[in-house]
Amino acid sequence: MDLQTWIWLLVGITFALYIGIAIWSRAGSTKEFYVAGGGVSPLANGLATAADWMSAASFISMAGLISFNGYDGSVYLMGWTGGYVLLALLLAPYLRKFGKFTVPDFIGDRYYSNVARTVAVFCALLVSFTYVAGQMRGVGLVFSRFLEVDINTGVIIGMIIVLFYAVLGGMKGITYTQVAQYCVLIFAFMVPAIFISIQITGNPIPQLGFGGQDANGIYLLDKLDGLHRDLGFAEYTSGSKSKLDVFFITAALMVGTAGLPHVIVRFFTVKKVSDARKSAGWALLFIMILYTTAPAIAVFARTNMIETVNNQEYKNMPDWFTTWEETGLLSFNDKNNDGKIQYVADTSKNELIIDKDIMVLANPEIAGLPNWVIALVAAGALAAALSTAAGLLLVISASVSHDLIKKMIKPDISEKGELVAARLSAVVAVCVAGYFGINPPDFVAATVALAFGLAAASFFPAIILGIFTKKMNKEGAISGMIIGILMMLFYMLKFKFDWFGGGTKEDWWFGISPEGFGTVAMIINFIVSIVISKFTPDPPKEVQEIVANIRIPSGAGEATH
Amino acid sequence: MKKSDQKKYWKTNLKYLTVLLTIWFIVSYGCGIIFVDELNTIRMGGFKLGFWFAQQGSIYVFTILIFVYIRLMNKLDKKYNLDS
Repeated sequence: MDLQTWIWLLVGITFALYIGIAIWSRAGSTKEFYVAGGGVSPLANGLATAADWMSAASFISMAGLISFNGYDGSVYLMGWTGGYVLLALLLAPYLRKFGKFTVPDFIGDRYYSNVARTVAVFCALLVSFTYVAGQMRGVGLVFSRFLEVDINTGVIIGMIIVLFYAVLGGMKGITYTQVAQYCVLIFAFMVPAIFISIQITGNPIPQLGFGGQDANGIYLLDKLDGLHRDLGFAEYTSGSKSKLDVFFITAALMVGTAGLPHVIVRFFTVKKVSDARKSAGWALLFIMILYTTAPAIAVFARTNMIETVNNQEYKNMPDWFTTWEETGLLSFNDKNNDGKIQYVADTSKNELIIDKDIMVLANPEIAGLPNWVIALVAAGALAAALSTAAGLLLVISASVSHDLIKKMIKPDISEKGELVAARLSAVVAVCVAGYFGINPPDFVAATVALAFGLAAASFFPAIILGIFTKKMNKEGAISGMIIGILMMLFYMLKFKFDWFGGGTKEDWWFGISPEGFGTVAMIINFIVSIVISKFTPDPPKEVQEIVANIRIPSGAGEATH
Repeated sequence: MKKSDQKKYWKTNLKYLTVLLTIWFIVSYGCGIIFVDELNTIRMGGFKLGFWFAQQGSIYVFTILIFVYIRLMNKLDKKYNLDS
């Protein structure tokens, strides 16, 4: 079978599967819509959380990022997994015991204030929208490259699929489709990795393979370090970012992960507190499989890429080279007119520009793997993007229908009315996300990474202080959240979008990049919250009792309004 | 549950958290970032040790830490009859 047939076949089968699951798991009540009825098993929730969490960025871009940045790429590996330790130990069990539907619900009730709730809703919407636009773009990218349809048509097909199961099934539909999507995406990620690992090192386990030797008995990482030195790049295993910045970026990604509403809300779907802990463990185990394979793929792809292109005749390039040139993700400019490709660090001499997203998507082609493996990667990338998009859309719709309409604007709305409102806001959210997917504002790519900074700067301190101190009051938490998110927005707008006079790398405060600034804003949030709470009245007795109560796991009861 | 038991339960929990989060900090920020250059002088097969911690080891330890915490807390819940 040719490649196109394979791709249509595999993508078609997986899409039919997602739709089938959606029809089977329709949501009949708000509880099913928001938290899947609260009876999801820890294993299923772990699988769903892993799919929810691993986005187009994890599947498509991360290995490429590591491939180009070597050691510096470790920030993503540690940052996007270490956050689960924080989630499992500091957040998930207590939030589950608290037993509400959304993160703003917790903030609003714990800080006995609708102002706090509104600030939290605003933060949740800001974080989720910046994130979801990137997912829709990922869907469009995969469609345009692999299914040879227009990128906009791709986004619209993706929208219709997500709309179908998110609107129909709510959290219940999303949970079970995410379980299926995890299986698809991990299979799609591992198969080419195992193939290539055997090809290059003879070891079927990629995690061990990239520390192994090539056919000539040279350690792969030493060889890559050597290639990097020859071409003028920083050594692959050493990197070039400052230690301080690596530290701060890692911390911002970790804390941001633990503060992302679409991840937190997954822990509301299990029966009891011990299940919340367990599902965090399962989730990280499933994530670990992909995250420890990604750096291996990065090394294989980088070595393959350099060896295939550098100093080779342009006219001898394999087919995939031209296919990717057509998408604009790969471009060659023969500066010295010698007909050969020079790929070097010096930008005035470098003739090849490679987009990081190619590394995973083109990897099977570069390695010459069979067509069905390439098709599988397309289906996996779509699974990763769709599962995350659906999780985010649910947070957006719950924020509107539950936190805004039910809790503030129209508290007497009926169960049925709220369910309609939830579905309608999901439709609106899909359309907005689709719009940004078709007309991506320049800032999408930049802001997806920054969404973590925003989550770290706003939610994390408010939730932690709400659990671990009884005395934290609304004045402290609200001012902390507002100052934290404003600082983060200011720094991001100043250094990423040139507002407020802009600035370059040299102007960064203490040499900390905007990606790492979330950590600083988080620390400021903590300090502001604690100082203000010392000078303002203690929270009411009932609230202090709630805090004492969420620390004890028994009798977690059902999630309620 | 008695007030004094609640206090004891919470204290033990905090003790576990402190120990586990210290390990969490050491393997990632310690081995993977702060002391990465020193550890890179040690080799483990084809890997420099610091690089390995940053891209592999820390992730394995994170996963183990969560499962250890699950075990410890399940035991603690049992001891105080909170595992209903």
